[in-house]
Amino acid sequence: MTAATRTILLVDDDVDLTTQLQVLLEAAGFTVAVAHSEREGGQVLAEVDPDLVVVDLMMEENDSGFTFCHHAKAQRPDLPVILLTAVTSETGIAFDAATEEERSWIKADAFLDKPVRFERLQAEITRLLGAPA
Amino acid sequence: MNQVLRILVVDDEPGMRKGGDRILSRFAAAYPDLDAEVAFEVETAATGEEALETIAARPPDILLLDYKLPGISGLDVQGALVEQATDILTVMVSAYSSLQTVIAATKRGAYDFLVKPFTPDELRSTVRKAAHHVLVHRQALRLAEERRQVRFEFIRVLGHELKSPLAAVEGYLDIMQTHVLGDEIGPYDTMVERSLMRIEGMRKLILDLLDLTRIESGKKERALAVVDLEERVDAALELVRTEAQRRDISLIFERAGAVQLEADTGELDIILNNLISNAVKYNRDGGSVTVEVEDGEGQVSVSVADTGIGMTPEESERLFREFARIKNEKTKNILGSGLGLSIVKKIVALYDGDVTVESAADVGTTFTVTLSRAGGTGAEGTVATRGSGPPA
Repeated sequence: MTAATRTILLVDDDVDLTTQLQVLLEAAGFTVAVAHSEREGGQVLAEVDPDLVVVDLMMEENDSGFTFCHHAKAQRPDLPVILLTAVTSETGIAFDAATEEERSWIKADAFLDKPVRFERLQAEITRLLGAPA
Repeated sequence: MNQVLRILVVDDEPGMRKGGDRILSRFAAAYPDLDAEVAFEVETAATGEEALETIAARPPDILLLDYKLPGISGLDVQGALVEQATDILTVMVSAYSSLQTVIAATKRGAYDFLVKPFTPDELRSTVRKAAHHVLVHRQALRLAEERRQVRFEFIRVLGHELKSPLAAVEGYLDIMQTHVLGDEIGPYDTMVERSLMRIEGMRKLILDLLDLTRIESGKKERALAVVDLEERVDAALELVRTEAQRRDISLIFERAGAVQLEADTGELDIILNNLISNAVKYNRDGGSVTVEVEDGEGQVSVSVADTGIGMTPEESERLFREFARIKNEKTKNILGSGLGLSIVKKIVALYDGDVTVESAADVGTTFTVTLSRAGGTGAEGTVATRGSGPPA
């Protein structure tokens, strides 16, 4: 499998962020699908069958990202999910998926604080998908 | 609201302690102005030293303090309380009604004075007054704290709203700087366009913020003059005409002849521009915006109806709050400061007016603003903002 065949689904209501991440991920050799809400994300997930999902925590609802993760993992338990959150800087509540226990109820494999640094995101993607073959 | 205030009666005469306890324990004071009823829990102390111990252990709300005590005097007790910076309200009780005593006690922060001998009614009336003061003072503190919290929240959200366009523009510039899409400028066109849009949004936010600050500070000079409402509506429609044409939205103005009112042109323009630009912004392509003006008794009203995405009753409810932008799939590409309607509401209040909204999701929204024809009192009152329900 080559990097070019890997599809990443971006789910975020911030149009500017999805545009930017799409450009950068495509330049890094990924195929990218984009959705701008939890609902749309569910539809696109079924259509494109991605290798990895990057999803924002706060969309229509403050916990849209959690709900999305939950449904995505119910359908595809093996699907790696990265949750983007501005929660730490907004409210001071910190989430982390470091322990097995936390991962068991928050159905995400990695958490990234917003604003997202692309290098960090890329490192997480590589960690979860393995190095491009 | 029922409350219990604690009173400490300090007197070396056992009869005074017993009497004070008996009278005040059975006393309840009603304050219709504060919607409060107060009952009292009474404790007594025979000396100044005992009083200070009791105060340290169970601080009272009101202190009835005898001036002449066997050990340290009432004045000393009062002095100690001032040093501890407590907010205990002190009523000094004394058999000597000399001016010097009153002055000395008042200087140390005593709130009131009660001269011995006093009748039960005099005692009740003094305590009643003191308790009222305590309640009013606490209410003021609570309000100040609430206002402080609202300000903090506003600044927190404002910070976020200002940071977000910066992050967006920064992201685009990073991509351009590293030539991610090659050396030609063409592929970057959308990024330049989005960046300009976000900067424009930021500028609008800052301008709205300045408007809001001017209105709230009450420092904005209001230049009231007779204004032709039709003329102002025409001007506001002109501002959105290009955008409306681009999206094939028809602008309809149901004229009602000359409607005049006394108003500040600047304020009126802010109201009309906000409502009319919203009606275009949140419309569907090919839809319409209908502005109607009505000439009523002592007041005029303007309604702006769109055929846009509309709102659910829950969304309408939140609408007039600061930064209450409705966030859903339909609004994801629409930029706004989140302050427009909050500003409209504040200005309308200056005109003793009213803003109402009727909306149905995917059908459209109608805003109706009613203004006093005489320019209003200029006092920022409360505005009725009735929400929701499908349009009639």
